[in-house]
Amino acid sequence: MDTTDTTPIIPEPVKQKRFAGIRKSLTDFFASLYNINSFIIRFFKEAFLPPYEFKEIIRQCYETGVRSFTLISLTGFIVGLIFTKQSRPSLAEFGATSWLPSLVSIAIMRALAPLVTALIAAGKVGSSIGAELGSMRVTEQIDAMEVSGTNPFKFLVCTRVLATTLTIPILATYTGLISILGGFLNVYVNEGTSYRTYIGQVFDPLSFIDFTAALIKSIVFGFTIGIVGCYQGYNSSSGTEGVGKAANGAVVTAMFLIFIEEITIVQITSWFR
Amino acid sequence: MEKQKAPIDHKNAVIRVHGLKKAFGDYEVLRGVNLELYQGENLVVLGRSGTGKSVLIKVISGLLQADAGTVEVLGQKIDQLTTKELQALRIRIGFSFQNSALYDSMTVRKNLEFPLVRNRRGIGRKEIDTSVERVLEAVSLSQTINQMPSELSGGQRKRIGIARTLILNPEIMLYDEPTAGLDPITCIEINELINEVQERYKTSSIIITHDLTCAKQTGDRIAMLLDGKFQREGSFEHVFDTDNARIKPFFDYNFIK
Ligand SMILES: Nc1ncnc2c1ncn2[C@@H]1O[C@H](COP(=O)(O)OP(=O)(O)OP(=O)(O)O)[C@@H](O)[C@H]1O
Ligand SMILES: [Mg+2]
Repeated sequence: MDTTDTTPIIPEPVKQKRFAGIRKSLTDFFASLYNINSFIIRFFKEAFLPPYEFKEIIRQCYETGVRSFTLISLTGFIVGLIFTKQSRPSLAEFGATSWLPSLVSIAIMRALAPLVTALIAAGKVGSSIGAELGSMRVTEQIDAMEVSGTNPFKFLVCTRVLATTLTIPILATYTGLISILGGFLNVYVNEGTSYRTYIGQVFDPLSFIDFTAALIKSIVFGFTIGIVGCYQGYNSSSGTEGVGKAANGAVVTAMFLIFIEEITIVQITSWFR
Repeated sequence: MEKQKAPIDHKNAVIRVHGLKKAFGDYEVLRGVNLELYQGENLVVLGRSGTGKSVLIKVISGLLQADAGTVEVLGQKIDQLTTKELQALRIRIGFSFQNSALYDSMTVRKNLEFPLVRNRRGIGRKEIDTSVERVLEAVSLSQTINQMPSELSGGQRKRIGIARTLILNPEIMLYDEPTAGLDPITCIEINELINEVQERYKTSSIIITHDLTCAKQTGDRIAMLLDGKFQREGSFEHVFDTDNARIKPFFDYNFIK
């Protein structure tokens, strides 16, 4: 028998008396941990088995990119610009404004680019995945897929998770480049640094570890955004209220997890340096 | 509107349900349902809101799992099938949802194509187009082919939903309240469509409804779901030839007495 039932494995307990509130939220928390864990395991079980949904994955990659492109471009550029501008006075105190490009690139590559990209994508992409799958669940479109002989988990969930996992690293790279460009604009206007010098100084302080860590981070963030959005939407409760909750839950949970992952990965990379 | 149809084969049950139980939490929805659907038959299931009619056909199609009892569809026990086998079986069953469940993000054409493209890998463009046109014509909505579901009326959505299940030539049709929320004339059209589908595609169907006109027009046999069991079963006349205070109001309300 297949395991594609819609109810979470551990049902959310029904409302209890107020004094039991803490126990209830604790049980809820662990129940949802367990459920999300089985959801992830199911993803790995099904995503890499044929038949592959290449066409749908590519379509979802495109969606992910398009949905967040404008906002990411704008934010990336402004982050680079402002960061450079705000860092200048501190460096100027030591007469070290020539270090600005290195400072900018380290800040951007090590922290800002993946994080900013992930947070924006969580807001744009994660919420729309949650809302989309949520409304499909509520209006029985997911059931309709299932009874017409399509595995909805594979078609809807696996494709979206793979798409965000593949696309966020690309977007993060793009954010990095745009931020560096923003930084250049500021440095060029103030110090008159040439493009060539700037680029040289930007890439000089970056090591292999920095690139690897940034890549791993954005892959993890992308996976998180996809899996959280899908989990919330796919298990959304019925009613239009459920759709809103799914979208909202997708953003809040994804952002929370992204911060935790950021801290963890920073900690781990610092052991390697 | 008398139906002219192939005779029902009473020796050949396409669906056999025995002692089916299903509860949600503490609430027992189905408490031992027995049901047989014969080849070529239209079985109408009546019952009040919340008696578990939708749950019943969801269990039959494997969307929900039974707590107890057996469900045999086209000779296969559905709780003993692998995912693959269940998928193969589902293609032979058409499921028309209570709220149509059309894919919002796709046009009518894409909605209809979806089951075909997904289940017949490598099917040619031409064959897809002919199939789509064939089922659209069957529900007489050829002009809507490029519209989005949001642009359709409730009755049109219902019919497209039925067309989408017809495209795979199902042997069994499960209709969940096909006429709910529609005006009387559209209801009659849907009823005729149901009968036409049965004639043309030689299907056996379970039709869930509150609408006695629909029941009378489409049903060969009526079964009344009450307190989680079938309480009365038989021809339309037989089922309502009773003083049972919980069955009679159905009749009185529908045919204002
Ligand atoms: N997935 C589910 N989880 C929890 N309870 C459910 C679920 N599906 C149905 N129920 C409950 O089962 C009962 C029967 O639901 P069902 O949808 O089968 O009613 P119905 O007979 O189809 O009614 P209607 O005519 O209004 O469609 C309801 O009380 C409902 O709350
Ligand atoms: Mg129902």
